[in-house]
Amino acid sequence: MAQSNEHVQHAHPSNGTYVLVAAVLGVLTAVEVAVFYLEAVRPVLVPLLLTLSAAKFTMVVGFFMHLRFDSKLYRALFVGPLVVAIAVMIAMLFINGVFRL
Amino acid sequence: MSQTDVATLEVHSATGLPSRKILMWAFIGSECMLFGSLIITYLVYRGKSIVGPYPEELLNIPFITVTTFVLLMSSLMMVLALSAVQRGDMKWGKVWLLMTAVFGMVFLGGQVYEFTHFVHEGLTLQTNLFGGSFFLLTGTHGAHVTVGVIWLLSLFFMGVRGRLTQASAETVEIAGLYWHFVDVVWIVLFTLIYLLS
Amino acid sequence: MAVTGAVGAETPGVGAQDHGGTYSGGIWSWLTTVDHKRIGVMYGVSAFLFFLVGGIEALLIRLQLGTPENTLINPDLYNQLFTMHGTTMVFLAIMPLSAAFFNFIVPLQIGARDVAFPRLNAFSFWVFFLGALFMNSSFLFGGAPDAGWFGYANLTSTQYSPGMRVDFWVLGLLVLGVSSIAAALNFIVTIINLRCEGMHFMRMPLFTWMTLITSFLLVMAFPAITVGLVLLMFDRMFGTQFFNPLAGGDVLLWQHLFWIFGHPEVYILLLPGLGMVSEIIPVFSRKPLFGYAFVVYSGVLIAFLGFGVWAHHMFAVGLGPVANTVFAAATMLIAIPTGVKIFNWIATLWGGSLRLKTPLYFCLGFIAMFIIGGLSGVMHASAAADLQQTDTYFIVAHIHYVLFGGVMFALFAGMYYWIPKVTGRMLSDRLGKIHFWIMLVSFNLTFFPQHFLGLHGMPRRTFTYESGLGFEAMNLMSTVGALLLGSSMLIFIWNVLQMLRKGPPTGADPWGGSTLEWSIASPPPHYNFKVLPKVYGRDPLWAADTSDSRPGDDVEAPEPHMPGPSAFPLTTAIGIVVMAAGGLTTTLPVLFVGVAVVLFGVYGWAFQPLEH
Repeated sequence: MAQSNEHVQHAHPSNGTYVLVAAVLGVLTAVEVAVFYLEAVRPVLVPLLLTLSAAKFTMVVGFFMHLRFDSKLYRALFVGPLVVAIAVMIAMLFINGVFRL
Repeated sequence: MSQTDVATLEVHSATGLPSRKILMWAFIGSECMLFGSLIITYLVYRGKSIVGPYPEELLNIPFITVTTFVLLMSSLMMVLALSAVQRGDMKWGKVWLLMTAVFGMVFLGGQVYEFTHFVHEGLTLQTNLFGGSFFLLTGTHGAHVTVGVIWLLSLFFMGVRGRLTQASAETVEIAGLYWHFVDVVWIVLFTLIYLLS
Repeated sequence: MAVTGAVGAETPGVGAQDHGGTYSGGIWSWLTTVDHKRIGVMYGVSAFLFFLVGGIEALLIRLQLGTPENTLINPDLYNQLFTMHGTTMVFLAIMPLSAAFFNFIVPLQIGARDVAFPRLNAFSFWVFFLGALFMNSSFLFGGAPDAGWFGYANLTSTQYSPGMRVDFWVLGLLVLGVSSIAAALNFIVTIINLRCEGMHFMRMPLFTWMTLITSFLLVMAFPAITVGLVLLMFDRMFGTQFFNPLAGGDVLLWQHLFWIFGHPEVYILLLPGLGMVSEIIPVFSRKPLFGYAFVVYSGVLIAFLGFGVWAHHMFAVGLGPVANTVFAAATMLIAIPTGVKIFNWIATLWGGSLRLKTPLYFCLGFIAMFIIGGLSGVMHASAAADLQQTDTYFIVAHIHYVLFGGVMFALFAGMYYWIPKVTGRMLSDRLGKIHFWIMLVSFNLTFFPQHFLGLHGMPRRTFTYESGLGFEAMNLMSTVGALLLGSSMLIFIWNVLQMLRKGPPTGADPWGGSTLEWSIASPPPHYNFKVLPKVYGRDPLWAADTSDSRPGDDVEAPEPHMPGPSAFPLTTAIGIVVMAAGGLTTTLPVLFVGVAVVLFGVYGWAFQPLEH
């Protein structure tokens, strides 16, 4: 079929890339915990932590799960429900007045 | 116009992608809603408990940071396992698979320790809303890790018996997708439950 | 066997000839079958039986309400009846009836030999079937669930619902959820990956499209109710406080989780019907569907918007003006894609050469009834109006115009249209039309007065009403209508039995259909297509009408190998229901036996080769 994506991808990253990604993930986790103990960043703690966590999320999904390199179909199957789930969560938090995380 | 060109009799794939992998991604999409609903429950009930113990009294950030790190590294083991199997290097494939499962078990051990500790401190499922929603959310995640460990060990033992070959790379990849997703969920839970407590 | 362009009657021999044993074989072959056609038949037959069970429950309710202060049914039994009527019709009748069509028709429409995961498909069916029996067995063990089909907390707490009734409901729905999600995942992969050559997404038949959208709705909506049910189960079995207001629990959380699932569920019930109507109207108008792309995209839009409107079921609980306004506006938006579809169907009929056969009758009935149901839906999309209508018979009327006038009319259209493909024999058109007219008239006699009953203030879910409130005449009308409606089902059953006994053979293509399922024999051989077809457009059979060959099995080719039967899906399904029984009675040994059976089933399944 014309829309075959078979040969386009499968340029999977090398083991070196994987180790590098894991190292960055480890560092980001350390930063998260450090931020948690730092008084100075209290005011921006919530957005900062959410950003860091989103970065880790994206790296695991993008590199370890190959979503960056794989067919767009997989991306759609994952991102579609993820967006719906996040939207429903945000709506629920608004309704319940929990926006004081 | 010939409508009946001789097509192959093998199972055919309209997208050129393996069906099992599409299945796993669609399942992961569904799991997003499952964990989303559990997280909603946890967040809606944040600060609604009327008796203690409360989260800030119990959550042990340094301890959970260690187990979080272990789970993150298990994801690295998993990609290394897949990469070895794809190369046909079954020896290292088995080693990394076993290591992934072991790291997963270490994480589970940490969770068992944490749960027992909380129960000692007086937090059970029944104590308050925090207890119920915390144990349910992290417990559901733990159940997913358990399933993953069993799956990885099954693959490892298949490898030991020589039934895992380069041709089974897809099987390992799919198990890996599941494993990484469980890791990703923990990344979110670690932030939402522990760091934003 | 030459399958040429002429419509119908070209297949030699008697109707129900069996190609390679599509339906032959003993009970064991049915228990272990992985053939999508057999599974479709099993879904259809069992769903129809549960449809009758739910119908009998409805008739008992209507008999009780026929006269004021009636004592035919006591309040306790009444609660069980309306709860099980709703639960049965939604989860055990309409959803599996749709699943029957997904199973039988979708692989044929996309030119595939089976679904992507045949054994997972068998597993879905058995989990559904055993879960349905599990839930209904509650009638034998101390009474059926009685907290309403949406089981609002904290009516479902152990304090207000002691005993096992609500546990049956909780565990039963959890089990059915497994079945639905497994089936939906299977159909997502099947439709994405098993389309035959040339069948791009925008060439797929509309029914297949709506199946795909419905499957996505299922996998995204079911987890929400799963979580709600697990919270409730923990409250009831392990003493958590999720829905206990005294401990700070929020009973509205249940309503949110239920309706985050529940509103998409409405479209899960509806969209397959819309797909069927979009298939049938073009065939009986002899022209392609008007605005194919619009119908597809409006289906996608309905599904997407369906996730943003759940709180319109909760206008009366006091979420505040902002939330109510947002959800009211989102709800009204859904009227747009729905209206688009209705205009497309009407435009397809317009100027077509109509052949007024039974399937088209039911489609026309569907359009009319669905418009009425849609209009009353837009009425209570307005939060202000809804406050007057919530929990009255107006809502009952609305849901029945949508789910019976809409979905069931469409499903009957689908049955009259596709049963000839399933059995190879024709249903009587005369009996079908009698069925249609009685059903249409009695349906309106039953449910139209309920609009007024509701606006006059008659509450739903109350086992009786006092005389002198002005409810008597309309309730009596409704009851008489319901009895007639029930009797119209007897005509359908009689029609089916007559067909099985002596229905004339159909040939491959009795209606002059445009989609691939009509290119192969009826009933289809167990491998469906000897050679996988190739299509060049949206209506492959119409395009090929003049040529000498159609995608079919009139080719010299070896018979394809098909997946072998397997007992492991059934085994695993049994394990799941045993686990539910263990949870129900809180007997750990039973639970562990269930887990062991599931593990045995899964491992056996994983290591059993597909063909053997």
